[in-house]
Amino acid sequence: MASVALSEAEKVYIMHGVQEDLRVDGRGCEDYRCVEVETDVVSNTSGSARVKLGHTDILVGVKAEMGMPKLEKPNEGYLEFFVDCSANATPEFEGRGGDDLGTEIANTLYRIFNNKSSVDLKTLCISAREHCWVLYVDVLLLECDGNLFDAISIAVKAALFNTRIPRVRVLEDEEGSKDIELSDDPYDCIRLSVENVPCIVTLCKIGYRHVVDATLQEEACSLASLLVSVTSKGVVTCLRKVGKGSLDPESIFEMMETSKRVGKVLHASLQSILHKEESLGPRRQKVGFLG
Amino acid sequence: MAGLELLSDQGYRVDGRRAGELRKIQARMGVFAQADGSAYIEQGNTKALAVVYGPHEIRGSRARALPDRALVNCQYSSATFSTGERKRRPHGDRKSCEMGLQLRQTFEAAILTQLHPRSQIDIYVQVLQADGGTYAACVNAATLAVLDAGIPMRDFVCACSAGFVDGTALADLSHVEEAAGGPQLALALLPASGQIALLEMDARLHEDHLEQVLEAAAQAAQDVHILLDRVVRQHVREASILLGD
Repeated sequence: MASVALSEAEKVYIMHGVQEDLRVDGRGCEDYRCVEVETDVVSNTSGSARVKLGHTDILVGVKAEMGMPKLEKPNEGYLEFFVDCSANATPEFEGRGGDDLGTEIANTLYRIFNNKSSVDLKTLCISAREHCWVLYVDVLLLECDGNLFDAISIAVKAALFNTRIPRVRVLEDEEGSKDIELSDDPYDCIRLSVENVPCIVTLCKIGYRHVVDATLQEEACSLASLLVSVTSKGVVTCLRKVGKGSLDPESIFEMMETSKRVGKVLHASLQSILHKEESLGPRRQKVGFLG
Repeated sequence: MAGLELLSDQGYRVDGRRAGELRKIQARMGVFAQADGSAYIEQGNTKALAVVYGPHEIRGSRARALPDRALVNCQYSSATFSTGERKRRPHGDRKSCEMGLQLRQTFEAAILTQLHPRSQIDIYVQVLQADGGTYAACVNAATLAVLDAGIPMRDFVCACSAGFVDGTALADLSHVEEAAGGPQLALALLPASGQIALLEMDARLHEDHLEQVLEAAAQAAQDVHILLDRVVRQHVREASILLGD
């Protein structure tokens, strides 16, 4: 993971501040940095979103392609995740340097979506056992300033909200061979419901307290973190401890309660922003990287 | 594609442009705060980001250090969702490696590498959306990023692509025009002197027509230079206002 080298004095300074619920940039332990979300940034995808969390910059593109359903789930489509840690973030990611981190993040994304309720996969089915929609969710990490998992999960949720899958009809003729017909109207499409899509809340343990949305400097001070994937209703879908330090069970339960609290607020504000952006309609001025 | 004319009788192309007309270019410098220099450019529907780190100490083996000049290292990467068909690997395939080498050749001609011996300058280009002219967009974005990083260059490097259809040279090809299979020329130019940093051509073109196509590409690159110059001046003006000068 991209990291920054801190001296002992700086680490002590950060830790003492956190004990008093005061972080270096003035936030409290449960406050997020300012998040900027914009959807529909890349036009030849089915859906896309860009999230800027402090200096962490993530771009997600979703492409819908037709494929065969998996054998054990013939009535459902599926999602495929791919994370590209671009060399833009740090020169260490050049060539294959970013592959390890990319695989780790992709595996975490697979895990948090690996349940029946996150995304309704049955809407992605076209005809059982033969055709289904496969959503390729591609994450591009452009700049890294701590708290990658949270930013990526917010971006994935926003991109899935923005995804428009063309409506298709299966026509069967007399001989029994099937033909897939795309609807004529380019605006006729199915949208996914992202009510139950989870977001990851990362809690880093610094000293005796834990902080939400750690910057790179704070991550360097923390020995252990807990990744909790929580939905808008407060349901936890995945839990994972990372880092080389250890956590005692009491802390883990405390951190889970914090994550549920923080997660609900995060989901509520994200939903309101996405709906507000949607209500501006096609005349919305797209800013992208030019703003 | 039957009925898809690249150049109509009235002289209009598929997207309504004239033969020598460029697509709309919008650019911004200083997109990322953590990199030494960064820039973003949109040429029509082609979007490219460039980031520069350096000059810094050589990473990896010290033996690669050049005693009298800086090492320029380029990587070209295009996002998996950038093309119409999803790409499986963003970089590491042959085309990306070749593009990286071409970018390196282009910038070694322009950057004053003698000023930074035994060091390395990294230029990373990321294509977010590919709609033709990706090499040109990458070179233009990388020029702005190198300027944003404050690395001294001989001159701007401005690039443009050109093609040839029905006896007319077309400037700044889009994806539809590139896919039609005609000759394509990619040109990178140092505008003040008119020197060519990189010239590459695909497919067959009669040598009598070469001058016309080269002329069209060079003129388009000069037009790009005017736009990039304006972007740089605007950026410097904004930065000096913020500094209170």
